[in-house]
Amino acid sequence: MDKAQRIEEISATHGTGQDKLLPILHDVNREFGCIDPEAERIVAAALNLTRAEVHGVVSFYHDFRSEPDPRPEVQICRAEACKARGVEQMMQGANEAAGERVRLKPVYCLGLCATGPNARVGDQLHSRLDEASLKQLIERS
Amino acid sequence: MGFESQPDFGTPESRSSKSVTLTIDSREVTVPVGTSIMRAAKENGGDIPSLCATDSVKSFGSCRMCLVEIEGRKGTPSSCTTPVEEGMVVHTQTDRLARLRRGVMELYISDHPLDCLTCSANNDCELQDTAAEVGLRDVRYGYEGENHLGTKPDVSNPYFLFAPDKCIVCSRCVRACDEVQGTLALTVQGRGFASAISAGQSDDDFLSSECVSCGACVQACPTSALMEKSVKQHGKPERSVITTCAYCGVGCTFRAEMKGEQLVRMIPYKDGKANRGHSCVKGRFAWGYANHQDRITGPMIRESIEEPWREVSWEEALAFTADRLNAIKAKHGAGALGGVTSSRCTNEETFLVQKLVRAGFGSNNVDTCARVCHSPTGYGLKTTFGTSAGTQDFDSVEQSDVILVIGANPTDAHPVFASRIKKRLRQGAKIIVIDPRRIDLVKSPHIEAAHHLPLQPGTNVAVLTAMAHVIVTEGLANEEFVRERCEWDEYEDWARFVSEARHSPEFLEAVTRVPAEELRGAARLYATGGNGAIYYGLGVTEHSQGSSTVMAIANLAMATGNLGKPGVGVNPLRGQNNVQGACDMGSFPHELPGYRHISDPDVRGSFENHWGVTLAPEPGLRLPNMLDAAKDGSFRAIYIQGEDVLQSDPNTHHVAEALKAMECVIVHDLFLNETAGYAHVFLPGSTFLEKNGTFTNAERRIQPVRKVVEPANGLEDWEVTQELARAMGFDWNYSHASEILEEIAALTPTFAGVSWEMLEECGSVQWPVNEANPEGSPVMHVGGFVRGKGKFVVTGYVPTDEKTGPRFPLLLTTGRILSQYNVGAQTRRTQNTAWHEEDLLEIHPTDAENRGLKDGDWVKLASRTGETTLRATVTDRVAPGVVYTTFHHPATQANVVTSDYSDWATNCPEYKVTAVQVTPSNGPTDWQESYASWAEKSRRIKAEAKAEPAE
Repeated sequence: MDKAQRIEEISATHGTGQDKLLPILHDVNREFGCIDPEAERIVAAALNLTRAEVHGVVSFYHDFRSEPDPRPEVQICRAEACKARGVEQMMQGANEAAGERVRLKPVYCLGLCATGPNARVGDQLHSRLDEASLKQLIERS
Repeated sequence: MGFESQPDFGTPESRSSKSVTLTIDSREVTVPVGTSIMRAAKENGGDIPSLCATDSVKSFGSCRMCLVEIEGRKGTPSSCTTPVEEGMVVHTQTDRLARLRRGVMELYISDHPLDCLTCSANNDCELQDTAAEVGLRDVRYGYEGENHLGTKPDVSNPYFLFAPDKCIVCSRCVRACDEVQGTLALTVQGRGFASAISAGQSDDDFLSSECVSCGACVQACPTSALMEKSVKQHGKPERSVITTCAYCGVGCTFRAEMKGEQLVRMIPYKDGKANRGHSCVKGRFAWGYANHQDRITGPMIRESIEEPWREVSWEEALAFTADRLNAIKAKHGAGALGGVTSSRCTNEETFLVQKLVRAGFGSNNVDTCARVCHSPTGYGLKTTFGTSAGTQDFDSVEQSDVILVIGANPTDAHPVFASRIKKRLRQGAKIIVIDPRRIDLVKSPHIEAAHHLPLQPGTNVAVLTAMAHVIVTEGLANEEFVRERCEWDEYEDWARFVSEARHSPEFLEAVTRVPAEELRGAARLYATGGNGAIYYGLGVTEHSQGSSTVMAIANLAMATGNLGKPGVGVNPLRGQNNVQGACDMGSFPHELPGYRHISDPDVRGSFENHWGVTLAPEPGLRLPNMLDAAKDGSFRAIYIQGEDVLQSDPNTHHVAEALKAMECVIVHDLFLNETAGYAHVFLPGSTFLEKNGTFTNAERRIQPVRKVVEPANGLEDWEVTQELARAMGFDWNYSHASEILEEIAALTPTFAGVSWEMLEECGSVQWPVNEANPEGSPVMHVGGFVRGKGKFVVTGYVPTDEKTGPRFPLLLTTGRILSQYNVGAQTRRTQNTAWHEEDLLEIHPTDAENRGLKDGDWVKLASRTGETTLRATVTDRVAPGVVYTTFHHPATQANVVTSDYSDWATNCPEYKVTAVQVTPSNGPTDWQESYASWAEKSRRIKAEAKAEPAE
């Protein structure tokens, strides 16, 4: 089965209706690591939406990528509470640890403000990080 | 009228009948419930600064400029999203609001190029106006930070450009595309500071996106981010003229915005009752043909069609023509002369051509291009309802619950009305499509037909009879309506007929190829789904049973009580701007203006008295009969105003031979069209921008056409006809089109109350306009049919004689595409060719595979009548066994293959069904090559002796 057929199949399993757009996009993003223009067109046709509408949604969300990037991703909270608890001072070390191998992504609040600085890898949340533990987290990811 | 743009009230009008009273800036105002504070203020002479609001789309509340203070409420709500309430006290101009607005405006301007003096929107820019209103005096932020300046404009669309640096991302364009046009081709890409307007996806530009170039986004843009290229080129217009579009039968009203004699742009007029401020790519942008280099602006004559044309003065051309006509008349009698009126020209011009033929030539040999499109509508609706016209106004669709579209493709052929259908469908109405092709209304973004009946071409009557069978046998007919409003005996006969088992969908499935269950579902939905409205096009009329199909449609509407009120009805979608008007004006050989038979001595008498002549009491020849008679030698001269008979009429070979046989063919047109190749006299015509008069659209709306510039050829078309009449010795002295309209009103009861002054006052009016309906008639047959009781006509299905067989196994059907118009004489001479530069043949993948054809291959399309070549598009839009093409390009000449078969009642040609074969090909057919060389030869113009070498 080629990619186009697979995306059609994913779309079909969710049924019709505009409310199915995000669940389908999540599945496609998970499986292919991105939602490229071709995928946008296939999903649009499946839900009877325009290409532009699907592209608008895909481009709105940071978690949807338009091209694959197989590197592991570490999300580091850079919002006010984590800033107050010193995340900015840890970033130089984090960038060095990440190098080209790991993608660091700033996010704005993971909902754990009392226990920052916080980070997220996959669905796993990490709290009370310091420079060393953040480095370790990045190296292990 | 000056250039001031039309007022924009920010949010759409509320239609509520209840009203509320509130206080805005200490002025007491009363407005309908549901009105926004912004609109209430603007309607009462105030103005709240705003950027993201415009009254063509719903309020959005994103620009944060229209904030107001309301006593007793916290904060500063946006006035566009806050509806008025009884007793509300609103302040729109306070110090606090001024500070907030200035702060927001400062942010906008901090990312906007300050090149106002050289900007194409200078002095026509809402951002500029709003900055002035809020008193912005300086911007503190500088341009060192990130900004959008210096981005490259997208110039891919031929008519407008998108400059992202001028964009303030108010999303008015996106919302106009969604809500007004219904194409949803635009989106806001990204978020936050990175937000940007995107046509289609990241790899698209405007041209490659789903954009249909209707212009709604350009109209909605508050800055020069989306701007007509013509404004960039010519600068801001200085005056405007309200006029009516000359493309399709929707009849959009436009503001022609002018700079001296230069048309700068056409803007859809918000008060236009047919278009309500919307437009399509043709009317909005495709007017460049008026100044195209191919246009001929001086008269030309030649002794024979073998000679090159000779450019002569008007006097010489008219004298030559009059002499020939008078000589033929003297020798062969009046019956040898005839004329063809044009559905592209005004009512007044059409009226004069038929007057010239009847009163001048002395025959009733007058016909019109409606012969080949909607003549069955005239016959069918007159027979059943008593009047040859659609029953509703376009606004009616806003109250429809079930819309039945038969043999019409509104998104391509009547785009502005299609947008209104789509809007209603997005609100929840259902649509049934009966069409051999999967047109956009069957399935396109946000639109999905409840039922699509992909019938075999030529089986309309069978499908409609089967629907009637379901309605009657399942007890879904509205017998109360029928008893009260229709002839009950005839209904009973009809009901018995359609109830017969041989008319059941199951029995007819073999003929129609429509699944019986789908057809039953469609019939039940139409009969029981609430207000049911039928819209149909040439897929109904251009058949050997065209008139029967129209009557079958009328039967369905009467049986279900879907007539006589808003939201229902039977509506022909007229192909051309003035088909309705041309028919109204007595363009048929048997009818005087107002659809009154020529044999009626009283009617004839009124015209004879007015014109001071005696009229022949017998109907004259129809256009196909004129052509037949020409080959026999009994018909010798024809005056053709604004129609390309050769390209648009069926069986091109036959038409060409008939024209060749005549002694005097007069073509009155903008261009040397295909028919002109066989003409002896060419009289240059004027465009709709160059004349005064009226057009009547598909909803019977008589609308003024106003002269925007002086005619390039020197005369308005009605003046040309008048000069010809005078050259023939008739004393005609009209000095303005309004005088002809006066004569029409005096002689035609349905037009009795119409005058130029009245149209100046009320904008437009729907006939009948008479003592009973002095302000016109938006909906007809309210309370009773024009003919008295509605007439049911039994319509038996008779298969067409055009049959497929081993040599010609496929059925060809023809139609239009959005960017081109009919024979393309106009649109081919505009940049609309960017979308459709040639005719293509749609063929189903199975049929293509059987013939070894791929997408884009050259194919030969052959029928029993002729053959041509064109390129194939492989698509499942058409069913297996059916192929489809358009007829916009003379290089293809789709009508070379169409047959001579025609409607039994009106001779309307059967364009929609031709048995054909499709085979691979590697070049043009012999006929195409010989025609191309003939066309070139016949267009030669003799070099003038005036070009003497300078001494």
